[in-house]
Amino acid sequence: MTARESQPATARGYEPVIGLEVHCELRTETKLFCGCRNAFGDEPNTNVCPVCLGLPGSLPVLNSKAVELAMRIGLALHCEIRPSTFHRKNYFYPDMPKDYQISQYDEPINVGGFLELPDGYRVGVVRAHLEEDTGKTTHVGGGGRIHDAEYALVDYNRAGVPLVEIVSAPDLRSAAQARTYVAELRSILVATDASDGRMEEGSMRVDANVSVRAAGSADLGTRCEIKNLNSLRSLVRAIDYEAARQAEVLESGEAVVQQTRHWDEKESRTVALRSKEEAFDYRYFPEPDLVPVAPDPQWQTDVASALPPLPAERRARLRQLLGAPAAPGAPWDPGAPPTAAQEDQIATVVEHGLDELVTSAAEDGVAPSLALARTANEASADPHRARGLDRRAYVSLLEMEERGQVTATQAKAVLAELLERGGDPVDIARRRGFEALGADSLAGAVAVVVGAHPNEWERYRHGEDKLAQFFIGQVMKVTKGKADGKTVVAELQRLRG
Amino acid sequence: MTSGPASLLSAQVRAGERSAVEVVERHLDAVARIDPELHAFVTVLNDGAVAAAAAVDTVVAAGRDPGPLAGVPVAVKDNMCTRGVRTTCSSRILEHWHPPYDATVVERLTAAGAVVIGKTNLDEFAMGSSTENSAFGPTRNPHDPSRVPGGSSGGSAAAVAAGLAPIGLGSDTGGSIRQPAALCGVVGMKPTYGTVSRYGLVAFASSLDQIGPFARTVSDAALLFDVIGGHDPMDSTSLDRPAPRTATVVGDGVDGCRVGVVRELYEDAEPAVRAAVSAAAEALAGAGAVIEECSIPEVRHALPAYYLLAPAEASSNLARYDGVRYGLRVDAPDVESMNAATRAAGFGAEVTRRVMLGTYALSAGYYDAYYGQAQKVRTLIIDAFRRTYEQVDALLGATTPTTAFAIGDRVQDPWAMYLSDVFSVPSNLSGDPAISVPFGSDDAGLPIGVQVLAPALGEPMVVRVGAVLEAAAPPLGQPRLADRALLGGSSEPS
Amino acid sequence: MAERLTREDAAYVARLARIQLSEEELERYAEQLADVLEHAAAVAALDTEGVHPTSHPLPLRNVLRRDEVWPCLDRAVVLAEAPAAEDGRFRVPRILGEPL
Repeated sequence: MTARESQPATARGYEPVIGLEVHCELRTETKLFCGCRNAFGDEPNTNVCPVCLGLPGSLPVLNSKAVELAMRIGLALHCEIRPSTFHRKNYFYPDMPKDYQISQYDEPINVGGFLELPDGYRVGVVRAHLEEDTGKTTHVGGGGRIHDAEYALVDYNRAGVPLVEIVSAPDLRSAAQARTYVAELRSILVATDASDGRMEEGSMRVDANVSVRAAGSADLGTRCEIKNLNSLRSLVRAIDYEAARQAEVLESGEAVVQQTRHWDEKESRTVALRSKEEAFDYRYFPEPDLVPVAPDPQWQTDVASALPPLPAERRARLRQLLGAPAAPGAPWDPGAPPTAAQEDQIATVVEHGLDELVTSAAEDGVAPSLALARTANEASADPHRARGLDRRAYVSLLEMEERGQVTATQAKAVLAELLERGGDPVDIARRRGFEALGADSLAGAVAVVVGAHPNEWERYRHGEDKLAQFFIGQVMKVTKGKADGKTVVAELQRLRG
Repeated sequence: MTSGPASLLSAQVRAGERSAVEVVERHLDAVARIDPELHAFVTVLNDGAVAAAAAVDTVVAAGRDPGPLAGVPVAVKDNMCTRGVRTTCSSRILEHWHPPYDATVVERLTAAGAVVIGKTNLDEFAMGSSTENSAFGPTRNPHDPSRVPGGSSGGSAAAVAAGLAPIGLGSDTGGSIRQPAALCGVVGMKPTYGTVSRYGLVAFASSLDQIGPFARTVSDAALLFDVIGGHDPMDSTSLDRPAPRTATVVGDGVDGCRVGVVRELYEDAEPAVRAAVSAAAEALAGAGAVIEECSIPEVRHALPAYYLLAPAEASSNLARYDGVRYGLRVDAPDVESMNAATRAAGFGAEVTRRVMLGTYALSAGYYDAYYGQAQKVRTLIIDAFRRTYEQVDALLGATTPTTAFAIGDRVQDPWAMYLSDVFSVPSNLSGDPAISVPFGSDDAGLPIGVQVLAPALGEPMVVRVGAVLEAAAPPLGQPRLADRALLGGSSEPS
Repeated sequence: MAERLTREDAAYVARLARIQLSEEELERYAEQLADVLEHAAAVAALDTEGVHPTSHPLPLRNVLRRDEVWPCLDRAVVLAEAPAAEDGRFRVPRILGEPL
């Protein structure tokens, strides 16, 4: 099979149908069923106790905070919160201390919600349930590949960490859309403070159920579940690969076999996992060591009312801001749609939780489009520091740029230092020798450059607008970079009349 | 009401009349002499017990309250965790396992001044009715060493019957306290599910397991229950309310109480056992109780339902013995073979049988017919008891169909062995309390137990009825294997 | 229910339960399990239409713990019980199957 070199499924007349199962670790202090610390990166087997090690005689007691965070996720995904129970999923694996996983099965806490993508498309959320994580296995020898390994080492620090598994309906129709779904879900998890959503640390893990069907058909094809998707990039590549593979199977007249497949990043392909007959007989039964959890209406209301604004709502607010009058008394055109670039900027700002930088600057009178651009394009490079940025300093910098006291390039440099060390942008600009040219010296510089290049000026005068770039470059040379590009163009246009 | 040896010893230690160390050493001495033949203990805590007793004496000497069980030796079934002291469940797979923590009941015993003198033998992982399924060999019945003590808590029952400890702890999943209590001629109580914490009790069947007391008198059993009962935040299935107090009501009698004699709980028993139930009913009537004949047909479904539910839970509870984190490991080239070889070597035949049975009952395609159906039958039984308790305050029946059987008699026929639990299993399914009290003996002098059942949290009722039966019971011969002096209430050197 | 449990069923169950059994043991367990299941058939035949299954004898709900850290075990104590350990972790032979 050489599906990766072959045509995508869509080019063959097939439509991919994708559903995602996203596991996210909850941001609790302690594990789901015991008081051991829920922490990433500690020394192996130091956050363990009789309960999470599954020692004989130990019993689980449910962490109320985990229930609350699961409810937050459910409410943010418009789910119904239901009385729920826990089951045991029985299978042997060394990283599972009890050789069963406690998970919600036929009575999950959250059911029947949806997630709205930035473009308004709604993806069904079938359920979002609580379960415990497993420990971590390291395969030793044989180059780290499971089957060639000599032996394995197990660390149970992660065993019992609370997870919520969010199961989408098979509503996604492309790898790109799946990517958007995961990005949006991650924003929601971060916004609700339920999870840190870090795929690279494994605190958010995605499995994809992929099938294909003839374009236009309403039937569902046989699906394969793809595991080991450790980044958004591998999610996209794996789905594209798998859809193409299945399309090729169907085209050759064969049937897709339902199976679990592993994404091999190095080889850029999915490979079937070996499965034994008994591997799927999990013998679920109600966990007798736990009792049902049925959050009462008061608890649900408390959790709902404490939910922060969600990404969709925050994006709407930023869009509204862009259409709002730039200054008091100026005409307001609420219908002006953001450009595609601005939509991307809005998505970035919300994804990184930097909305307040934009809104507070706009409130202080900075043009929202400028605040949005700087925040999305520059500040978001270091979202953690950006969230801690001094609001007054940021506004002051944007104002300097707006007034032409620093150029765009200089503003970016000042911002980088602000993020790095903090301080007063005025001081930083002065120390670095940044001062945009005054209007007079700029006009002078433009006049000098125009005089030195009469042929180009003639062509520009006769409408060859692209020569503006040439003049900007020349003016920059003369002013040693202190000119602002936009102001140069304005001066050129003034001279052209 | 007969006050028991545990309360006497505690009173003496608290009053400073005897030291806890002396009491404990006296019992350890009896263990050393008698247990080689009786084999009630898997592990004896010689040094640890004396040190614990000395700590009690220090408290007494300082004028502080040493607790209601001050200096009282206790025999603890070896499926309850004791920190640093091996806890084997009488299984090869845990033969050398040292828990890093104490079970809640062990903590409560210690806090009450009691001294754990040893860990007692059981059917491996509490699966059995004779203590023959111990990987370390069977325990003998003190009344006839050729016979079984019952099980699975046979070690604790035999230790208490032989005078090696005045009180003991057992666990009862399908009768594992009451059945050996009956066969050894001691008192054994299975409390209401949720009144005694299961934290640190190595699980057999989680929705049925309950820890309870063994004693030679009802009042001692009540005293011990009051110490170990009560809410525990470490057990989600622990009732979040004070456990009923029983020691103070043991002598309240049964005047005016309505007691139902349940046909299904005695009619298939052997004649001597049936006669004991009738005599017990008469004794209660003589004490002022209103006796009613009653029938609960659903009880007949309890045993088959139990033998689907308990193994199913057990199959999952015992999965963790896989050779990875603790306990036995049999080496093999890959982890899957290592798991399978370890479990084959570590589990005895009965455990293997039940794990397989339970795995089957839960497996794809059979869940509804077996496990699901048994859960529904459980509902039917609970409802039937509830209806019955609208008419009566307590129920009376036999504890077991027969007296102690010979070692080796039933090991080849699982279902014949399972039938030993036929009268005790219904209370585990309902979750309600039940007590077994000695009531005479058969022609061979083997003890007979009668059983008193009550609705949930009816421990005060079962001890009241039990105490009346105790007072009226025909005398029981002294066990052949015992420290007679300790049994006689005297603990002077023999 | 009518089908009597076979040696093949017993072999499947032994794999599920991860217990290595010889041919002879499988035969014997198959017989014994089949016998016990015959007694259980009485339960299977009961009419339980509309009866709610009881998984627990108590009517408890919402038993919850506060999200507070408690002391963990000392790693040396934990690993002292391990059949094999290396580098602060539990050591096991190579793993053939995949976690599912």
